[in-house]
Amino acid sequence: MVLALISFALMTADHRQHYLEGVRTGLSAAVYPLYYVINLPIVAGGWVDSNFTTHQTLKTENDRLHSEHLLLKAQVQKLAGLNAENRRLRTLLEASTNVSERISVADIVAVDIDPYARKLVINKGRREGIYEGQPLIDGAGVMGQIIKVGEPSSIAMLITDIGHSLPVMLNRTGLRVIAVGMGASGEMDLPHLPNSTDIKKGDVLVTSGLDGRFPPNYPAAIVTYAEKKSGQPFMQVRAIPAARLEHNREVLLVWRAQDALERPLRSTLPEATPAQGKAPASTAPNSAGVTTKPSTLVKPLVKPLATQPIPPTAAPPAKPTPAAIR
Amino acid sequence: MTQMHTTPASGWLIFTSFMVAFVLTIIPLPNDIEAFRPEWVALAVIYWALAQPQSVGVGVAWIIGLLLDIVHGAVFGQHALGMIFVAYIVVYLHQRIRTYPLWQQLLSVLMLVILYKLLLLWIFGVIGRSLDVSLYWSSVLTSVLLWPWLSSLLRRRTAVQR
Repeated sequence: MVLALISFALMTADHRQHYLEGVRTGLSAAVYPLYYVINLPIVAGGWVDSNFTTHQTLKTENDRLHSEHLLLKAQVQKLAGLNAENRRLRTLLEASTNVSERISVADIVAVDIDPYARKLVINKGRREGIYEGQPLIDGAGVMGQIIKVGEPSSIAMLITDIGHSLPVMLNRTGLRVIAVGMGASGEMDLPHLPNSTDIKKGDVLVTSGLDGRFPPNYPAAIVTYAEKKSGQPFMQVRAIPAARLEHNREVLLVWRAQDALERPLRSTLPEATPAQGKAPASTAPNSAGVTTKPSTLVKPLVKPLATQPIPPTAAPPAKPTPAAIR
Repeated sequence: MTQMHTTPASGWLIFTSFMVAFVLTIIPLPNDIEAFRPEWVALAVIYWALAQPQSVGVGVAWIIGLLLDIVHGAVFGQHALGMIFVAYIVVYLHQRIRTYPLWQQLLSVLMLVILYKLLLLWIFGVIGRSLDVSLYWSSVLTSVLLWPWLSSLLRRRTAVQR
């Protein structure tokens, strides 16, 4: 009886007041060996797999990665130029500049903690600076967010969980929608869209960033079904996540721009973060000859509009214009 | 009377069986059969509370439940509450349940697992967490189907009573 009362008290304290986060963090360290043991066969399998591959497979994989690397490098070059141009245009518009985020990699621990929810455990926790509500992405799109932080590991909720809602934006039209997870089916529902909405199968949904949690403009989902039914007040719209939720071994953790500014940016992901105006200059190769001309051209335009930090932003935007045009 | 000197199971055996139950609870399963995963830890609590109520009682069940909360990332005390109700009933009725024929034991285990899951569901409802209930009760079935094996183990352990 007493224990039942204590249980109730604990539940209230945990759910309403979040008093017990410290206790949970500590105890989750005690449970981690269990996760580790369960994960072990899979890690061992991976080790065996990687140690007993033939020379031929390695060769082909290496070739493939080489060509992929070259391709991506070329794309990043263009991206740097576009990014700088984008920032220049934004300064002209006096809009907030879009500073890149800091990203770090974590492994998924192969345990299934909750059969009634779409959750996963990752092998990074408070030690690595993980915080509650932190977004989780993979190479293709948004995966979910951290809901419980432990010392050595954390628990994340996927965007398809029945308790998860993600503010997204229709890439084609800019329409803002909420994408609600549907649980077991692995789909997302877009509720309360009027029948006149311009949305169709194949449309890409990106994060809108309005939640203040997910960084904007990451691909989130692709519309798979959009049906107008006469007699129904709303459209029936379904989408599947862009991220490969079930096929990943690794995930990427994102620190949003404000947090990222405090840390050294180029040490974690140099190519994708042309942050303080240094990266564009180094990655746009044939812009050395035309440095002075465009900057004089831009300056008078910028001056009357932007009152605060022009020096760091006004210098780089001028340079990469040739790269962007090319 | 065939007096068998069944020595009580050591703490290590009980501990190991609970560890195995925990591992089986969170080991990854394919998505299609995931909902049918038996309630291993609840079964272990029922088994030990029947076999050895003097060592696994309500208190132990409560601690096991708290650990299960941590493992599942659930609200603190959710599984603990379910476990103490189950353990209390089993300890209270253990003399009777032990002597039941198998089908009656199956029925009592069915009731206990349903009670356990009902409490969990109720707390999910109170804290406002929505979940997919279409397959929620399927694990009750698989849990009960496991009982005949546990029951035969139990027979051997509590042979003195028969």
